[in-house]
Amino acid sequence: MPTTAASPFPTLTLAASVHAEMVAACLAGYPLEACGLLGGHPDGESALATACYPAPNVAASSRVYTVEPRAMLRADRAAEDAGLSVLGVWHSHTHTDAYPSPTDIGQAPDPDWWYVLVSLRDVEPVVRAYRIRDGAVVERPIALQ
Amino acid sequence: MSVAVRLPAILRPSAGGEATVQAEGATVGEVFDDLVAKHPGLKDQLLTPEGDLHRHLNVFLNDDDIRYLGKLDAKVAETDTLTLMPAVAGG
Repeated sequence: MPTTAASPFPTLTLAASVHAEMVAACLAGYPLEACGLLGGHPDGESALATACYPAPNVAASSRVYTVEPRAMLRADRAAEDAGLSVLGVWHSHTHTDAYPSPTDIGQAPDPDWWYVLVSLRDVEPVVRAYRIRDGAVVERPIALQ
Repeated sequence: MSVAVRLPAILRPSAGGEATVQAEGATVGEVFDDLVAKHPGLKDQLLTPEGDLHRHLNVFLNDDDIRYLGKLDAKVAETDTLTLMPAVAGG
């Protein structure tokens, strides 16, 4: 199994292609929130994301998102077929920081997932990664590979 | 009849760590009843106290969302696969 960067801290390593695809999907979705899933290899508290699965936001909103359920199913199957795990979810914040909203925190489905936020508030997109466990948000560094 | 039920990672600890389990029933509701009988820890994660499908859960009968097939009354066949997935949403 591929290993993540040599950082001693829990880190989400994104393949450069995953980072690019995720940001591009967020920009394409603007002014609505965009969303999708990440596939890859968990490695203890770190992970390496090698696949990006954009999904329709069925909420079609600039304030909230809902991953289209069948897109979630397709992503899960694609990940399994590729020998990957679904690592977590990403979505854009079109007008606010790249930090989980109270809704994000309250609805985080899995404490072992990564939650990646892409803020489009400023000229340059800002990408940050978090763990959300029992309502507690912890930011983790992102490395690109 | 016995059908395969695929569980998301978040539910696996409540089902002995298995990614796929077998459960008996002729409808999704009966399959869930059997699943809960075998793995009681799943009950609150699948169903509301009123016995309805939990809104934070999506359930697919093969490729189709059971919300469009009669929900818990959807009929299942021996070769079917039920896939349970968390509903993913935020703000």
